Amino acid sequence: MATKASRSAARMMMAPAVILLLGWMLIPLVLTLFFSFKKFLPLRGDRWENGLEWVGFENYVRFVSSSAFWPSVITTLIIVGGVLVITVCLGILLAMLLDQPMWGQGIVRILVIAPFFVMPTVSALVWKNMFMDANNGLFSHLWRLFGAEPVSWLSEASLPSIILIVSWQWLPFATLILLTAIQSLDSEQLEAAEMDGASPLARFGHIVLPHLSRAVTIVILIQTIFLLSVFAEIFVTTGGAFGSRTLTYLIFQRVLESQNVGLGSAGGVYAIILANIVAIFLMRIVGKNLDT
Amino acid sequence: MGKIELKQVTKRFGDAEVIPPLDLTIHDGEFTVFVGPSGCGKSTLLRLIAGLEDITSGHIEIDGKDATTLVPAKRGLAMVFQSYALYPHMSVRKNIAFPLKMAKMDLAEIDRRVEGAASVLNLTAYLDRRPGQLSGGQRQRVAIGRAIVREPSAFLFDEPLSNLDAALRVGMRMEISELHKKLDTTMIYVTHDQVEAMTMADKIVVLQAGVIEQVGSPLELYRAPRNTFVAGFIGSPKMNLLTGPEADKHNAHTIGIRPEHIDVVQSDGVWQGTVGVAEHLGSDTFFHIHNTGLAETLTVRAIGDISLRHGDTIHLSPRMDEFHRFDKAGLRIA
Repeated sequence: MATKASRSAARMMMAPAVILLLGWMLIPLVLTLFFSFKKFLPLRGDRWENGLEWVGFENYVRFVSSSAFWPSVITTLIIVGGVLVITVCLGILLAMLLDQPMWGQGIVRILVIAPFFVMPTVSALVWKNMFMDANNGLFSHLWRLFGAEPVSWLSEASLPSIILIVSWQWLPFATLILLTAIQSLDSEQLEAAEMDGASPLARFGHIVLPHLSRAVTIVILIQTIFLLSVFAEIFVTTGGAFGSRTLTYLIFQRVLESQNVGLGSAGGVYAIILANIVAIFLMRIVGKNLDT
Repeated sequence: MGKIELKQVTKRFGDAEVIPPLDLTIHDGEFTVFVGPSGCGKSTLLRLIAGLEDITSGHIEIDGKDATTLVPAKRGLAMVFQSYALYPHMSVRKNIAFPLKMAKMDLAEIDRRVEGAASVLNLTAYLDRRPGQLSGGQRQRVAIGRAIVREPSAFLFDEPLSNLDAALRVGMRMEISELHKKLDTTMIYVTHDQVEAMTMADKIVVLQAGVIEQVGSPLELYRAPRNTFVAGFIGSPKMNLLTGPEADKHNAHTIGIRPEHIDVVQSDGVWQGTVGVAEHLGSDTFFHIHNTGLAETLTVRAIGDISLRHGDTIHLSPRMDEFHRFDKAGLRIA
């Protein structure tokens, strides 16, 4: 990247990708904004060709004043927060275990990563039918084995169940990133700490955890982006019932179940705002780890 | 305080015996250097003393007490690592204070000791920086500071200067020697560089394949190497080791003569040959000489700048009383 010619060549070659990405993001965003200011109910005969009625901020007001809005925001935050806590904590633990030399390390590592390759819909169905079914699920058998009353997970404890399913899917990602971070820790640092009289717990707290902070930051940021839009796991398990309706799911219901495109689009804009608020918070809290 | 004794210590990694039974005594206040080629087990030996590796059999005594199964922190030893092993997320102050903090020492006492160590090592201005903002030599000093504050009974250095550039290395070498004089504490220093060993040590331990080849003061090793390995390892440039008819003249299997003990003469030398590579350092000149009729290439060190060039004929006269004689097994003949 030294000469003028190579710089302009680089720009030329990057241009298609940049234009494609911009189009990919801008067109849906602009359309969403456009629809959010329109009355657009396809089942009531609203058609693009006939022109859509401009309603100003009416959709925005209706979306927020709906009794479902705030609970859905809170549900979203609970799911994101719960999954983050579980995956980061267990991820650090698993990563440290996998870092130990053991027999069959390669196979174990592949097995640990496996859940990440299962499609969300499939894994949610497996959990729903195989583990959490109130009559024939493995959990209910286990409960009965100990003489306890089986729990109908998805209706009685819908949020914890969904958090469990989503955590199971994202744990491999967290583990993998944290494992590579742990492997990059200089073993002489640990030995130095050992010579300095640090107990295993102190070594973890003073050496390993600070070393992992950057990787944890990355895990949290990337997972948050994806977790805010969790959908399939809710769709195939509770269908948004039993207090498991997230903001994403609410938008889906407005657009597809109520066939109100304008209202749903307004919800979409709120979702963008929520994602940005969360992102700013996260950047503030953990972002400082990224500059050093 | 700080006498370390190894009794019949062995170490195996699986089937490989890295250290065959080994006895060694390091006296209080001694600056001992373990030196040997890479892979000779010198670092392993240091780690065994530190307690970072378990010994397979034998005993380690520190200050007369059995420390064989003691955890590293309880042995009262401090170690300076090759990579310095500073904690990157902590300031210099916190790095140095870490062992004291782990010992749950009183905060005022920690401050006092950290300030003390910092002033000894000229680190006071850098106490609030992170290791990443320091130069190699400064990091080295922080690592030493972290070792000093514990007031250990002995210091262990694992090739501490190998990551520094040549000029800095000479400077740090002197600083560590100064520090030893000042603290008067036992130090064990591992290096593969015989110059470091010669300049710093009270006692040098030459190791090869886990076996101690010779223990002695630098000049003992220089004057009377016990075998051909030590003869070739100690001294720079390397000693010329000659075999064949030349050695037979001296009733030995191998004879050794150091490059500085061969004089360049105008004519009628014992040997004559052609100059190969000539290294002109100003203060000395090193000649590598071929075609002398000997099987080996001779290295000669002449004082000052001698204007012989590549391809010139040179006449050499070794000092007869400086020959070292070795038998067939490579051992010194007295």
